[in-house]
Amino acid sequence: MATILFDGVAYGMLLFVLACGLAVTLGLMNFVNLAHGAFAMAGGYVTVILMDRWGVPFLACLPAAFVAAAALGFVLERTLYLHMYGRSHLDQVLFSIGLVFMAVTAVDWAMGSSQQNIKLPAWLQGRRDVFGMQVGIYRSFIIVICGALALGLQLALTHSRFGSRLRAAVDDARVARGLGIPVSTVFAVTFAVGSGLAGLGGALGTEILGLDPNFPLRFMIYFLIVVTVGGTSGIVGPFVASLLLGVADVAGKYYVPALGAFMVYLVMIAVLVLRPHGLFARPR
Amino acid sequence: MGAARGLARRASWRWPEIVFWLVAFGALLMPAGKYLILNEIAILALFALSLDLILGYAGIVSLGHAAFFGAGAYTAGLLAKHVTGDPLAGLALAMAVATLLGFLTTFLVLRGSDLTRLMVTLGVALVLGELANALPHISGGADGLQGVVMGKLLGRFEFDLFGRTAYAYSLTTLFVLMLLARRIVHSPFGLSLMAIRRNALRAGALGVPVHVRLIAAYTLAAAYAGAAGALLAQTTAFVSLDVFEFHRSADVLLVLIIGGAGWLYGGIAGAVIYKLLQDGIATVTPQYWQFWIGLLLVAFVMVGRQRFVGGLYGLLALARRR
Repeated sequence: MATILFDGVAYGMLLFVLACGLAVTLGLMNFVNLAHGAFAMAGGYVTVILMDRWGVPFLACLPAAFVAAAALGFVLERTLYLHMYGRSHLDQVLFSIGLVFMAVTAVDWAMGSSQQNIKLPAWLQGRRDVFGMQVGIYRSFIIVICGALALGLQLALTHSRFGSRLRAAVDDARVARGLGIPVSTVFAVTFAVGSGLAGLGGALGTEILGLDPNFPLRFMIYFLIVVTVGGTSGIVGPFVASLLLGVADVAGKYYVPALGAFMVYLVMIAVLVLRPHGLFARPR
Repeated sequence: MGAARGLARRASWRWPEIVFWLVAFGALLMPAGKYLILNEIAILALFALSLDLILGYAGIVSLGHAAFFGAGAYTAGLLAKHVTGDPLAGLALAMAVATLLGFLTTFLVLRGSDLTRLMVTLGVALVLGELANALPHISGGADGLQGVVMGKLLGRFEFDLFGRTAYAYSLTTLFVLMLLARRIVHSPFGLSLMAIRRNALRAGALGVPVHVRLIAAYTLAAAYAGAAGALLAQTTAFVSLDVFEFHRSADVLLVLIIGGAGWLYGGIAGAVIYKLLQDGIATVTPQYWQFWIGLLLVAFVMVGRQRFVGGLYGLLALARRR
């Protein structure tokens, strides 16, 4: 029971890091980016290539995955996404689906369609007994990293100069621009950081979530659930939603394997029926 | 009086439409050859037409329209396998099941914002896909539903190897449902849907029961999608899990966008263009054609969907003025 809860929390934390960039672009900036998973996949493949082909240690791969995905996000934002901000949701949906298709086939072409594996360093493998509870070391590692990231993000968003600029730009871009806030730079940096975090999540999650070219499509619904169930008023909501989703998914697959992934959808439906605008959001 | 005359004028047949249907039915006189792809085009066109009803007219963006397509396909397949091979009975039952499913899911779909709708429509299709996967003794699981044997159409026409009967059957279904859709879209009900798409708040203020109308439109579209699924199951005598897949929902969205949403024939035009494109690209790179479709989508949106469709409308207006 406790172990399942623990694994669920680790899984949820991982989902949060994967989806938090989307929580900002989709939740705060109201930009539908279905291609978010592609950045996570990029991070995952960067890790696989670095570790397998160049023998880079795992810990050094994590920042590399972040940087690579962030750079990719930055370039795409400046060249393509930039033109999509003011468009209708339908345009944004079509545009990002197009990107997903391209990402999926490009990776399939470059890396093959098979599942990729990485070999974790020995000190991250195995389980340890803590107060009678079986705790996976790698999952504790994930919880620590992702928890720290979540805390840092929340502080950055609410207490830093950049955070207040971002919130101002999101609330009313015109007024923010009038106040001298470089709105498009703020958006670009936010987008890059969000993509980078997704890349980091992809790198961390290779072991747990699996990595193949279909990754962006497989997890699209999870990201959407995190953002919609969490609500669109900050990152606390998505954080709670990720944990809920992680625990529900792990527990569901453990206790009622026949139901499989249904647990997640049941949770989604229940939340939606009770709180149509998400757990924490005010209706807008 | 003026409004009624306006509706009648909008609903009148124009010569390009008549020419199109003559050509489509005329294709049946060709010697055997391209019927299989024509059949696929007709089915895809019907599926896109159903999406047009909710996207082009009611303005609901759906990422999971395959849910109803798949429900129709499995219903028709299972009926043919276990009860009767009569195609029309299968078509009717598939539409009934899809209608019911569409009606039930409206309560989830029509809650919340655009964003919630994206998630829920996608979720509904995924749930059904999971369900079909989890019940292999009914659906055949990953192997697909095998042993579907179709009877003769109307008790006379057998489904032949070249797909001639199949094409005639699909095209006739498309034609009948298109007539119905024209009638609906050009009625006051259809106009009220368009008003909702433009501005739901204002439509409500004018006395349009927004929520009820959206439920009706969504349910209707589900029935159409179910019919398309049934056609696929019956004419190929096979159903597999991929009827529920995200690719199918995304493809139909693309088809409709290529042809232009909101004028009923967009689905047909898009289906023709899409199938020809897919055929062309797939002969060059059979494995990676999806990449070019993605590139096309991105380019399409970047250049401006409105500009494409707007140009088309301009041509139509020009043709009408003459």
